Amino acid sequence: MAISPEEHPQKAFGWAARDSSGILSPFRFSRRENADDDVTIKVLYCGVCHSDLHFAKNDWGFTNYPVVPGHEIVGVVTKTGNNVDKFKVGDRVGVGVIVGSCMKCETCQQDLENYCPRTIFTYNSHYHDQTKTYGGYSDIIVVHHRYVLRFPDNLAPDAGAPLLCAGITVYSPMKYYGMTEPGKHLGVAGLGGLGHIAVKIGKAFGLKVTVISSSPAKEDEATRRLGADSFLLLSDPAKLKGAMGTMDYIIDTVSAVHALAPLIGLLKLNGKLVTVGLPNKPLELPIFPLVLGRKLVGGSDIGGVKETQEMLDFCAKHNITSDIELIHMDYINTAMERLAKSDVRYRFVIDVASSLTQ
Amino acid sequence: MSTEQEHPKKAFGWAARDSSGVFSPFKFSRRETGDKDVMFKVLYCGICHSDLHMAKNEWGISTYPLVPGHEIVGVVTEVGSRVQKFNVGDKVGVGCMVGSCTSCENCTNNLENYCPEWILTYGAKYYDGTTTYGGYSDIMVANEHFVVRIPETLPLDAAAPLLCAGITTYSPLRYFGLEKPGMHVGVVGLGGLGHVAVKFAKAMGVKVTVISTSPNKKEEAIEHLCADSFLVSRDEDQMQAAMGTLDGIIDTVSAVHPLLPLIGLLKSHGKLVMVGAPEKPLELPVFPLLVGRKIVAGSGIGGMKETQEMIDFAAKHSITADIEVIPMDYVNIAMERLLKGDVKYRFVIDIGNTLKSTL
Repeated sequence: MAISPEEHPQKAFGWAARDSSGILSPFRFSRRENADDDVTIKVLYCGVCHSDLHFAKNDWGFTNYPVVPGHEIVGVVTKTGNNVDKFKVGDRVGVGVIVGSCMKCETCQQDLENYCPRTIFTYNSHYHDQTKTYGGYSDIIVVHHRYVLRFPDNLAPDAGAPLLCAGITVYSPMKYYGMTEPGKHLGVAGLGGLGHIAVKIGKAFGLKVTVISSSPAKEDEATRRLGADSFLLLSDPAKLKGAMGTMDYIIDTVSAVHALAPLIGLLKLNGKLVTVGLPNKPLELPIFPLVLGRKLVGGSDIGGVKETQEMLDFCAKHNITSDIELIHMDYINTAMERLAKSDVRYRFVIDVASSLTQ
Repeated sequence: MSTEQEHPKKAFGWAARDSSGVFSPFKFSRRETGDKDVMFKVLYCGICHSDLHMAKNEWGISTYPLVPGHEIVGVVTEVGSRVQKFNVGDKVGVGCMVGSCTSCENCTNNLENYCPEWILTYGAKYYDGTTTYGGYSDIMVANEHFVVRIPETLPLDAAAPLLCAGITTYSPLRYFGLEKPGMHVGVVGLGGLGHVAVKFAKAMGVKVTVISTSPNKKEEAIEHLCADSFLVSRDEDQMQAAMGTLDGIIDTVSAVHPLLPLIGLLKSHGKLVMVGAPEKPLELPVFPLLVGRKIVAGSGIGGMKETQEMIDFAAKHSITADIEVIPMDYVNIAMERLLKGDVKYRFVIDIGNTLKSTL
């Protein structure tokens, strides 16, 4: 097995992709010593986010191999540094998409570490000491306490893991763009890892929720199981026309290239379409409907640490977790193939503690 | 029934008769002044680029003969019995709309411009089924709700363009919160809309950067319009150096153009507001929108209450458009020059002195 070039004192083991085939395999590496501000965490579960697949295959062109993905991590504290008073050994905690930032800029001071120009991502980034960061498809992780979340006791650690990326990715824009007024109408475009959580959080905010999809097969899931109020099939012109101008907001979770015009048409005056999926090519944006309806298209990118904690506590209060398929570590390559075909309801979660063996 | 006999009051103007967009004298008529109507003698009318689009049927919705003009100012000559806001002799203006349903949520929230049944000042159907004719004409009759008062301190000719260009740029500066002193706003395009946007933003205490494809507009922008800086959008080095510096951008350009560099100029959480309306979709790069939590929005004119507020703001800060006053019979040449962007920055027709019936 390959050994990571960095030499840190704590041995670590995980699975990494080594090239753009994206195939993951066992990988021995190391984690830094637990410093005064750090927390060492034994990983219990790690969600498989679609971004993990994109990075594994270098879809965005900036993967630095070997890459150990995983940024939906739930685990147990095993060590705490001298400056750490928020956590103690044995606490259940979470780690999401970021493990560092500059901590000094205006953005960091406003608890928006996710928009800091020097954000350090949980994997495929470089830490302050210039060494690479490796993610949660591994046995342990060492994180600065500022970026560690308290994981609520009443949330199942496996089903709650995806909240650390998928959850905050939809919660944050819903708060920022004001999509929280009970009785208003939210459209959720795409019913996958992000979309199904958006439905649950939307319902918890008291919104009327319509799932917008191009797959007729998802209607039953959307309305019966997830509790969406209605389902709109994009390929049904009559239904689409009838729904025009009926939605206050839309969360667009679709990461394939897709048409924005019909979604913009679904919005009421002053309506907001927020895109959280990442198509790899630009989308076509019709301007006239924006001008005539004072509508907007916005983006949003995960959330800051404070808001992530707020989201976890909100989900604990409303019993919101992800719908997951729990898998063993060695199933990961099959899981990635299935994920590429959207063949999962709705997140794979790796049972790291039970199945990651050297 | 002929356009002359349709209504009781004789009227005269210039109309485009087909999609060549060429204007010529046109006799028609206006309705009797109803109990809530205001009739006024038109003194000046601004030429908006929309007038040109409509004259040539570029949006496919024109009906002919078409009398454009929705930046209209004049003097009240008659008021209906239930009119409360205006008296004979008042200086008034009419902008892009002359009617709406008055009962929907938008109308009751002073957002008549977003009412699904709004009635445009020209080229639309009024409540009585007749065609509306705009301000390239000698008299106007409008419901008082859609008439604004022009304060005495504003020169009428230079105030006319505020009725469309003014509200179109004022409204998004307010609505999208780009009005706070110390903010930094970009204005893309320095034409009829752009130059007024610069003036409003400066009056609000905002730092302004003009973004243009024409380097020769720099002196105008800085010396004359008092913009704080100027960026040539095709100069990659300049654009790169300005990345992440703007709280917002008002984009007045109606030709198809790239959004990516403009999105790059925004700070995180910045807002790109489109007030020009290209007819074809533009390319929206999603990545930069996400990583900076930025937005692209649209805005279209403003409601009546806000239009009056804008006019009063303009009067307080002595803001008017930069205009070239022209006689009525120059309109066809003006349209050709407008097409080439050859005007600083709005033509205004001197209706009162030059619109004479030759028929």
